[in-house]
Amino acid sequence: MTEPIRLHFEVDGENFASAGAASEAVKMRLKQIGVDPAVVRKVSIAMYEGEINMVIHAKGGRADVAIWPTHVELVLSDDGPGIADIDLAMQEGYSTAPDAIRSLGFGAGMGLPNMKKYSDEMKLESEVGKGTTVTMRINL
Amino acid sequence: MLGDKEFHTVRLDSDRCKGCINCMKRCPTEAIRVRNGKATILYDRCIGCGECIRACAHQAKRAVYDPFDLIHDYEYKVALPAPSLYGQFHNLDDINVVLEGLLKLGFDMVYEVAQGAELISDFTRKYMAGNPKKPVISSACPAVVELILIRFHRLKENLLPVIAPVDVAAKLAREKAVRESGLPPEKIGVFFISPCPAKVFALHRGLGADANLVDGVLAESEVYFRLLDAMKSVKNPRPLAQCGIVGIGWASSGGESAGVLRDNYLAADGVENCISVLEEIEDEKIQDVDFVELNACPGGCVGGVLNIENPFVAKARIQALRKYMPVSKNNLKEVPHEKDFYLWNNDPEIMPVFKLDQNMFVALQKMQKVEELLAGLPRLDCGACGAPSCRAFAEDVVNGLVPESACERREKKG
Repeated sequence: MTEPIRLHFEVDGENFASAGAASEAVKMRLKQIGVDPAVVRKVSIAMYEGEINMVIHAKGGRADVAIWPTHVELVLSDDGPGIADIDLAMQEGYSTAPDAIRSLGFGAGMGLPNMKKYSDEMKLESEVGKGTTVTMRINL
Repeated sequence: MLGDKEFHTVRLDSDRCKGCINCMKRCPTEAIRVRNGKATILYDRCIGCGECIRACAHQAKRAVYDPFDLIHDYEYKVALPAPSLYGQFHNLDDINVVLEGLLKLGFDMVYEVAQGAELISDFTRKYMAGNPKKPVISSACPAVVELILIRFHRLKENLLPVIAPVDVAAKLAREKAVRESGLPPEKIGVFFISPCPAKVFALHRGLGADANLVDGVLAESEVYFRLLDAMKSVKNPRPLAQCGIVGIGWASSGGESAGVLRDNYLAADGVENCISVLEEIEDEKIQDVDFVELNACPGGCVGGVLNIENPFVAKARIQALRKYMPVSKNNLKEVPHEKDFYLWNNDPEIMPVFKLDQNMFVALQKMQKVEELLAGLPRLDCGACGAPSCRAFAEDVVNGLVPESACERREKKG
């Protein structure tokens, strides 16, 4: 097949409770395709972290998913404040999440590190004041 | 009939079925379609939870269980009452009245499932101390086990690989009956009095445990009226009850967890709530919990569809009954059995029923077609086509089960 399955999700920034809906929907499809459960786990954790990040830092964003026979590509893009120091942001435990978010159990500074850990390739592009795009590839 | 892999626990009474979509919309695994004006069950997806029985206003969905008179085929008859049975009676202040009533109904011996439950609580505490994969998910609710086997494959390794309280009770009761009656085992009939069809399903097919541990499964609702009469004539009941607070606590949600004696547990009930907890465990969003108890029925086993009483009333009654009971009357020291007695010996297999195709490449192409079709569907999930959602309809079309024209509201091409 030359064209992948493409899915688009608008991630709502106002609604914390619905964050994760997109990764849930992707997970359901991967299971139906018969993808190895260990790979499904990687995709859903990586994508959920991305969704949560967009909700916390960027008032939401967009998730575009392409499912190929060989891999899954996740592109999460937002129009948020951007990341000034990408190396610092990639460090485990570094977080700029406000206290209110931390009190919900988020903001442990593991979002980006987990996205890197659970994907086979990850690219982070960000411009301060413009937004951030994370592209991840997870091999099937 | 016992041990039959084709055994089904819910059947449709076609004459009563009006072809409405209530059961189809409520089924948590999308196992029902309405075809030719009648509901049909896709049995490979059915987990036996009983939601469709609850939803049907026409009593067209029937739980399958064994007839009471089956007990007369055996010379020596043993009743295994579920803890939930004790919550079904008005003004009951002594469990022994129920147990004496069962003896009056024709049973020769009563062995409480709550006894098996207490032994499992004891065993679970030992199992938890052995540092298993966390969180450990209870395997006591067979509908939840079936749900994991069809939909949450990766969580199978989190399941407590332990047979059910009724299995333990059945094994111990049969040994005791052989001892006390002097009869050969085949003349002894062991009957479980069940609060739900899922347990009927599990016992008949064998889920974790062997399939032939009981000789029949009776419905609490059917035994209830006979028992009411029998209980009226019970005067000065003997102290037959052999269980404590831990054992009867298993009747409601949270009871099994309490018996594990750990603080960091989670107990959820109602099948949709169970699904959302399983999703979160699968995504590793639930971290600080060691033990997860899930009951498909609202309120736990007291909410089973074969009960008579409102689950919350039954729960309150069982709480009141516990007042003068000891914490537990059964522990592993009293029974001469090793861990093999409790561990699964019939490992349940995962069943990938939601896969679009066994071949991943074909499944991917089918998924592509599902998404394309779905784009042209109204997304109302109206059910008029006979499928529970537009997505389920699109999957059925792609799998060649129904024509696309079955949806009246789709965007017509050209």
